[in-house]
Amino acid sequence: MSVAPTSPILELKSVSRVFDGIRAVDTVSLKFYAGEIVGLIGPNGAGKTTLVNLISGFIPLTSGDVIFEGKSLIRSKPHTIAQSGIARTFQIVQPFAKMTVLENVVAGAIYAGHCGMRQARDKAIESLEFTKLTHLKDMPASELALANRKRLELAKSLAMNPRILMLDEVNAGLNSSEIDEAVRMVKAIAARGITIIVIEHLMRVVTSLAQRVIVMHHGAVVSEGPTDQVFRDPRVIEAYLGNRFAQRFAKSSTLVPLEI
Amino acid sequence: MLGQYITNGVLIGGLYACIAVGFSLVWGVLNVINMLHGSMVVLGAYFCLYGVQQLGLPLYLVAPAVCGLLFLFGYAVQRGLLNRVVTQPILITLTLTFGLDLIVNNLILQGFSATPRSLVTNYGMLEFLGVRVPVVRIGGMLVAGVLTLLLYWLLRHSKIGRAIIAVRMDRHAAALMGIRIPQIYALTFGIGAFMAGAAGCATALIYPVTPMMSGVFLGKAFVICVLGGLGSVPGAIIGGLALGIVEGIGTLALGQQWATSVGFMMMMAVIVLFPTGLAGKKGYE
Amino acid sequence: MIFDRATAFKLVIGLLIFGGGAAFSLILDNYYLQVLTTLAMLCVLCWAWNLVGGYMGYPSLGTVTFFGIGAYADGIAQVQGFPIYAAWLAAGCAGAVVALLLGLPLLRLKGHYFAIGTIATVEVLREISNNWETLTGGAVGINIPIQPGSPDFVGRFFFLAMLGLALASFLVTIVVDRTRFGFGLRCIRQNEQAASMVGIDVFKYKVSAFVLSGVLCSAAGGIYASMVAFIEPKDAFNLITTIEIPVMVMLGGMGTIFGPLIGGVFYVVLKEFVWAYFINWHSGILGLIIVAVIYFLPSGVFGISWTSALKWLKLRRRPAPPARDIVTPAA
Repeated sequence: MSVAPTSPILELKSVSRVFDGIRAVDTVSLKFYAGEIVGLIGPNGAGKTTLVNLISGFIPLTSGDVIFEGKSLIRSKPHTIAQSGIARTFQIVQPFAKMTVLENVVAGAIYAGHCGMRQARDKAIESLEFTKLTHLKDMPASELALANRKRLELAKSLAMNPRILMLDEVNAGLNSSEIDEAVRMVKAIAARGITIIVIEHLMRVVTSLAQRVIVMHHGAVVSEGPTDQVFRDPRVIEAYLGNRFAQRFAKSSTLVPLEI
Repeated sequence: MLGQYITNGVLIGGLYACIAVGFSLVWGVLNVINMLHGSMVVLGAYFCLYGVQQLGLPLYLVAPAVCGLLFLFGYAVQRGLLNRVVTQPILITLTLTFGLDLIVNNLILQGFSATPRSLVTNYGMLEFLGVRVPVVRIGGMLVAGVLTLLLYWLLRHSKIGRAIIAVRMDRHAAALMGIRIPQIYALTFGIGAFMAGAAGCATALIYPVTPMMSGVFLGKAFVICVLGGLGSVPGAIIGGLALGIVEGIGTLALGQQWATSVGFMMMMAVIVLFPTGLAGKKGYE
Repeated sequence: MIFDRATAFKLVIGLLIFGGGAAFSLILDNYYLQVLTTLAMLCVLCWAWNLVGGYMGYPSLGTVTFFGIGAYADGIAQVQGFPIYAAWLAAGCAGAVVALLLGLPLLRLKGHYFAIGTIATVEVLREISNNWETLTGGAVGINIPIQPGSPDFVGRFFFLAMLGLALASFLVTIVVDRTRFGFGLRCIRQNEQAASMVGIDVFKYKVSAFVLSGVLCSAAGGIYASMVAFIEPKDAFNLITTIEIPVMVMLGGMGTIFGPLIGGVFYVVLKEFVWAYFINWHSGILGLIIVAVIYFLPSGVFGISWTSALKWLKLRRRPAPPARDIVTPAA
């Protein structure tokens, strides 16, 4: 799935977010191209979720700019950003608890998905079929098991008809077969032409999905490039495993661990 | 002149603090807006009047008895009625206590009639720095203030008090620590009623009491809670003083009839600008 | 807008009720007409509250704020010589403006603080109207010119006016319930942040609901003031009424189309009965009713699951557990 990059669909220019003196995101400049799947990895507290929050408008930028399809998002509110085609899932899923699964997905379709009420229902059903939740469509969202909640997030985001989809640790808490299923779904979504940014800790997911990987540490981008190259980058190993291991690795040429 | 108003304000602030502290505690710990509170103050006042005027007992016996009676009343109401709905959204608990307030108010009206009564006593005036204050007023305020400080001490230094503060900070964590929540709730509500009773007794010394005053007391309690933060005794004290002084200045500037409005307008301003109250974040003493 | 069979059914039932009500105006005498007018007015207030408190989940205790504003706007306009329809228009506009001004700060608050903020507006406005004698006549109030015509005619006139407003409130509720606006309000009630992330302009929706509610309340206040031809602060900004309204809607079912109507009717009937037989204890019994409603019917008449209640009575055994939510592997 190689893409001939023309101009980036999403560009971050020196984006920063400072909380009380802590640089959660530190002057990050990145480019994303239409149709690619990009992995966003890094140790806990690196700023990955904060970056996604900044892009989706969940929190405001301290400085820098986010440009989506040529337009700056810096003054936009979260709902406008959602309506213009950027969707994201949350690590801790926030559904509309007392509404049914179907209604949750309809919510995505109506507003950000720009559908009429009837259209939205059809789109929601389609989205539920894709994520294999159709049999649960009338269940209140609060009663779902964790794996299905994650799928609901995915279904809702799909119904929003996004051009960029940001997945924040969709696989946390899932077992092996659930993860395989999730990976299959993400690949199918990408096949529709949607640009996907995946925050992940599971390296086998990253290697099977992403063509390109961005590594963050202490709020800054530490490394960027094709997946297998990045895993050999000593700065990345240092970020995850510390200085001594990085030096040891540089001396030998053992394979990079696949799961951290 | 200004000094007189400020002194009056400070003195009445002590009384206000006593009126509000029970309300604030219940709101902060149980998350219940107790619309019954004003009526409990009035009830305390009427019981006190009954004891002294009808039964002829001395005040220092009647007042504690009244407070104890109200404590039991509060405990029973919470344990029996409110406990079931304490975790419900605010609209439910508020209207429930409002309904109870209608009942109690009606009972007071039928039981004691609407004619204003007061413990008419006159121990003369005290004068210092050009300011004149009736001694009775000082006595009443003093008792109210001392009780409030006692409550503060109780909350900080007794086991029960620490338990109440724990429940206010985090109900679930407190339960996990082995604190029996329904008991704490009932105790807190009882303490709230106790303080209301004490405030009622103090009020009976100072103002003529009618059942209609329950609304006025409730209104003051609201304002003080917003000014001082929920569930905080120092907050109630600060809020009470602030309200007393603001009302005094308002009276001086705009006239007696604007005093209450000024208080409410200040409350609205604080709600909009500082949702956590002037005394700081809820839950941190 | 979703206009399916269920919607059409509800619409027809509503129109029948209102049609019947209009027909009543021809046969009932003035006393009952007055009662029905009051009922219609309370239903308007209930439907208005239902938008903000029921659908959107913001516990407003400020219904009478706008009611009183409308009443005074109407009174002042009529005293100045404006014809009654212009005065009603003024009432509605006053409600809209005040709702916009108050909504901006108040809607930033949640839960308890929102409720307290709305109560505060009632208190403040009552005190202001008590004291601002040049504008509102102070505690003495305003005498409003009485409409010309026989008592029967006037009674019918105001009844139909209030009924018309109630019909409008009903239709507004149906439209809100069946469009993306109502759906959005329900999302906001569940989780405001998630609603925003899903593309809902939360601020616009909140303010719109609040202003819509305020206009209905102030219009009701305007008609009321003209009808009783006298308005004073205690009457216009009555704290008990502002708490009774949510109770009525809770009785009937919050966030539903017919809930406000059912709750209003039940409550008014109960209240009339109590007033007739227990006048000394009427407020106490009212309190008892409120306590009972909260205790036994927290989700209202429409919230009770009648089907499972019937099952329980008939079969005396628990209904089958719901289908288990098992994560199905890809198959």
